[in-house]
Amino acid sequence: MQMSGAQMVCEAIIAEGVKTVFGYPGGAIMHVYDEIYKQEGFEHILNRHEQASVHAADGYARATGEVGVAMVTSGPGFTNAVTGLATAYMDSIPMVVISGQVPLALIGTDGFQEIDAVGISRPCTKHNFLVRTLEELPRVLKEAFYIARSGRPGPVLVDVPKDITVDIGEFIYPDSVDIPSYKPTYKGNKRQIDKAVEAIKSAKKPLLYIGGGVVLSNASDLVRELAEKTQIPAVETLMARGVLGAKNPLLLGMLGMHGNYSSNMAMSETDLVISLGARFDDRVTGKLSEFAKYADIIHVDIDAANIGKLVDVDYPIVGDITEVVEAMLPQLDGIDTDRYEPWRNILKRYDELHPQSYVDSDDVIKPQWAIERLGELVGEDAIITSDVGQHQMWAAQHYPFDRPRQWINSGGLGTMGFGFPAALGAKRAFPDKTVINITGDGSILMNMQELVTAAEYKIPVINVILNNHFLGMVRQWQTFFYEKRYSETDLSFQPNFKALAEACGGIGYDVTTKAEFDAALEDAIKQDKVCFMNVQTNRFEDVLPMVPSGGALFNMMLPQKEEK
Amino acid sequence: MKNERRVISVIVMNESSVLARVTALFAGRGYNIESLTVAPIPDSDMSHITIATNGSTKVMEQITKQLHKLIPVYKVIEHEEMVEKEMVLVKFPVEESLSDIQVLCMAYNGGIANVGSNMVIGMVADEPCRVQHFLEAAQRYNPIEIVRGGVVAIER
Repeated sequence: MQMSGAQMVCEAIIAEGVKTVFGYPGGAIMHVYDEIYKQEGFEHILNRHEQASVHAADGYARATGEVGVAMVTSGPGFTNAVTGLATAYMDSIPMVVISGQVPLALIGTDGFQEIDAVGISRPCTKHNFLVRTLEELPRVLKEAFYIARSGRPGPVLVDVPKDITVDIGEFIYPDSVDIPSYKPTYKGNKRQIDKAVEAIKSAKKPLLYIGGGVVLSNASDLVRELAEKTQIPAVETLMARGVLGAKNPLLLGMLGMHGNYSSNMAMSETDLVISLGARFDDRVTGKLSEFAKYADIIHVDIDAANIGKLVDVDYPIVGDITEVVEAMLPQLDGIDTDRYEPWRNILKRYDELHPQSYVDSDDVIKPQWAIERLGELVGEDAIITSDVGQHQMWAAQHYPFDRPRQWINSGGLGTMGFGFPAALGAKRAFPDKTVINITGDGSILMNMQELVTAAEYKIPVINVILNNHFLGMVRQWQTFFYEKRYSETDLSFQPNFKALAEACGGIGYDVTTKAEFDAALEDAIKQDKVCFMNVQTNRFEDVLPMVPSGGALFNMMLPQKEEK
Repeated sequence: MKNERRVISVIVMNESSVLARVTALFAGRGYNIESLTVAPIPDSDMSHITIATNGSTKVMEQITKQLHKLIPVYKVIEHEEMVEKEMVLVKFPVEESLSDIQVLCMAYNGGIANVGSNMVIGMVADEPCRVQHFLEAAQRYNPIEIVRGGVVAIER
């Protein structure tokens, strides 16, 4: 069929089954927007900043597991999208971003709103394309979606010069993709799997180390089965919260810099780490030479480059978690689960010794209380997004996540301003679910313009601002490591959050007591409007336990125990 | 860990910006490039990039794996048993002895490439360490300019 390049872009989006595109128009992408106006195959959400468009597409992708799509114009439109691309790249989120570019003849001339988009985005995309001819456009679009979702997922940028969107040509969308140089490995090596199973059977203190790859691979049920069958205790990374479910007795908690005592001790004392889709990030390992010092390591990862990157691995298995765990399970029939009982008992004692705890107060809302209370009130039904900082860590520690894709946060890049637009994406994907962005008084201002987007499209997400009038995480480090010199972290000067939300067409709640918290949340859930719940918390609460940067995991700063 | 010199061949799809992807990877991840050559492979839609680099075994493993991750990279060969050659062009003043220069170049698989009114250009193609020896020997003929070509290698 004959059509313009702009139409081809729309047709490809429809052919890929995308229902929602987030974006912002501009000069170089206008022809595509003209076609968006005419078509009915997908809806377009106009965010109020390109960064928010990309985060929203990212939130949509994380909530659904499908490819998120964002669209931006050239120059500043694209550069605003870069943080969004990098955020998705670090967390391996499948996404296609389509950017306008100046006409082919202007490329390289420093034209108006020209910037080298493929050059800038090279290190923060899985792959990128500058479309050079109309003929290659359908193939490039097909490949972009394929690359984004296959293997280790990631964002792909397609930069389309304006004249290509105008030109008319034949559109045949390919059925399949064949890139000779790109063949991801899904099936794990059988001999390595056999060896790993033998290692599990002969270990005394094995530990499942569960990472975000399990979520990406949709392998949570299989990993639950693996834990159940073997009765091997487990720790989750920040990105894996919800995989085993908070109620699972085998789950010790989250490990790492703000991991709980038993998780970090388990990693320090285990004799066999079974790493599933985790990548030994420095926030997880602490001091590498002390990390899992007594353990052999099984590392299952779809990305071969992750294996052996930071720690030496004894049983490397390159493959998709789903396929590898499926292959392991039958070989573990009849495994002697009593064998690990002494180990489970040790860890249980550790957890009794130093449980995840905080000292609550009757006079002021403690941030941890607010998160636990959210868990009690909306629990497993809600989708929780977060920004970056103390509130993010408290959410990861205290919220009872019960299923994968319930917890959406920027783990790898740590992007403040991610949570609100990501919540919009998640809510658009699941309109019937309560979607709550747990945020701070610092982070929320980094994409607060999305109040307008949320109000216009009636996307009623709830922003719970844990307001301590500080950039709390930086303040915490200043308290511990910079002799309390609070350089540029005091946020005492604030907007009126309630009035701000209302000015943009949303609802605001000022919350200072526990009773007000419950009442505000109850009301917010009933509303069909976006809201800010401005929750005043105590100013100097620290995220604990904490492993100081570069320290060994077992050297934790622990919370004070409540006086009984 | 000990740093070792290694030569890697990277077979890539011959498409725009593929070389930028490869070099940006080295720059972005802090790997070293000692020399780099690139040319299309005859009768194919691929190109052959030869990179001489150095690093510990662990770094070399990461370089190979990270290169593999690039979508247009078809194959990465870490050379073990290889024939390795490098070409170098040297410009000498015409006052120097033409025959001496010719004999020197011939000793290193080369010869005189060009003689002009005011200069002589010698060329050699040999193993990189022998090229180094040649350049040391050539010093006594007061070279004006030296251009090294970077290594190419082929597995034996």
